[in-house]
Amino acid sequence: MLVPEFQYLVPETVAEACAFLGQYGEKARVLAGGSDLIVKMKAGLLKPSYLVSLKKLGELNGIRHERGVGVIIGARVTHNGLVASPVLRFLFPSVSAAAASMAGYQIRNVGTIGGNLVNAVPSADLPPILLALDTQVRLVSAAGERHLPLEEFFVGPGKTVLKAGEMLAELIIPEQATTGSNYIKFGLRKAEALAVVGVASAVTMADGTIKEARIALGAVAPVPMRARAAEDALRGQRPTPELLEKAGELAAAASRPITDIRGSAEYRRHMVAVLTRDSLQAAIEKGHS
Amino acid sequence: MISETKAEVQRYQVALTVNGKERVAEVKANLTLLELLRDELGQPGTKVGCETGDCGACTVLIDGEPMNSCLVLAVEAEGRAITTIEGVEKDGQLDELQEAFVAHGAVQCGYCSPGMILSSRALLNRNPNPTREEAVEAISGNLCRCTGYVKIVDAIMAAANAKVDF
Repeated sequence: MLVPEFQYLVPETVAEACAFLGQYGEKARVLAGGSDLIVKMKAGLLKPSYLVSLKKLGELNGIRHERGVGVIIGARVTHNGLVASPVLRFLFPSVSAAAASMAGYQIRNVGTIGGNLVNAVPSADLPPILLALDTQVRLVSAAGERHLPLEEFFVGPGKTVLKAGEMLAELIIPEQATTGSNYIKFGLRKAEALAVVGVASAVTMADGTIKEARIALGAVAPVPMRARAAEDALRGQRPTPELLEKAGELAAAASRPITDIRGSAEYRRHMVAVLTRDSLQAAIEKGHS
Repeated sequence: MISETKAEVQRYQVALTVNGKERVAEVKANLTLLELLRDELGQPGTKVGCETGDCGACTVLIDGEPMNSCLVLAVEAEGRAITTIEGVEKDGQLDELQEAFVAHGAVQCGYCSPGMILSSRALLNRNPNPTREEAVEAISGNLCRCTGYVKIVDAIMAAANAKVDF
């Protein structure tokens, strides 16, 4: 199948990439891994006149830990890069595990974290765990850069706050007191499946009490979302089965799933309650996993 | 890398290593690695399947890592080392993994086999002693409509244990 023709641009620096994106605006798209972009171009869903290749931008490849800041992940890191990263496996193995649940091995070698976030599919596997870990994003353009919470990055299915000429450069998982986190993906297959429901949670335990909790839901709203009412119900409480059930119900009530080919809204809402309870239990008992 | 402009369509010189040999091709930017291998470089062992990265029939190794060549532009693969199914044999003989596929009935129509073998080859290269579960996960991006997968996993496990039961 033919990929439609386009002008191929290969910037040598991030600044040059931003200059191209600014110059060509809506006519240009970033080519990172291409596992979403090339598929859409073959299907005629996207017809960019220009592709801005990131292949020379090695500065976007790394994962590093900066004391006092947190874990900084470059936009070009692939899903398998997240799975294998010693930094992530030590500090936030829940992110590695979430990355491992996406698609299949070959796609995980091609698809990047930057592409995954910018494509903004509501069922994406990385956003929930990143939201639960309070991730920030660094967006760059010719005009400079801005930092935002990941939660503010998504606007709707396939839509983010990125302006023409702007690109996602890095994510920052901040230094934090959380003691446990995980992501549970419910899909119709064990591999090569979109999440029907995705739930991630992160907790900070102290003296047997939940000091803080963050719960993030995927595939049950137009954007990945936090379940704040459920979080509020947990804060300062000792975890009991009844409390976790209640948190699950509150998270389910906050979700806005649709009925589609993969599942009904009612079933998805039910599974939000179940998986929220399970995710919290694992975060409380098993640390970051 | 730009070699000439022909009426608005840019062509690029792409140099890469395919199965250990240096190859150079002049391509348009929209040519996929799959098309380059099959149509220009005489390596038709890599198969065309779904064209969307789901079936794995187009799997090749790029610098040792399995990827779907239908989604990789040839220009993006410049300078990389590509291994196709044609490159798995050793001195004109099937390697122990290929022998195991044959011995265990892991090949029926054969269409998924190049991709399966490359995914499995990469698994054994990075993990010489996988569990059955790890073998299943390694081929999770390769679909087979004939065998039901069991014999394929048997073949991988047999090759891993350096044992081929005839």
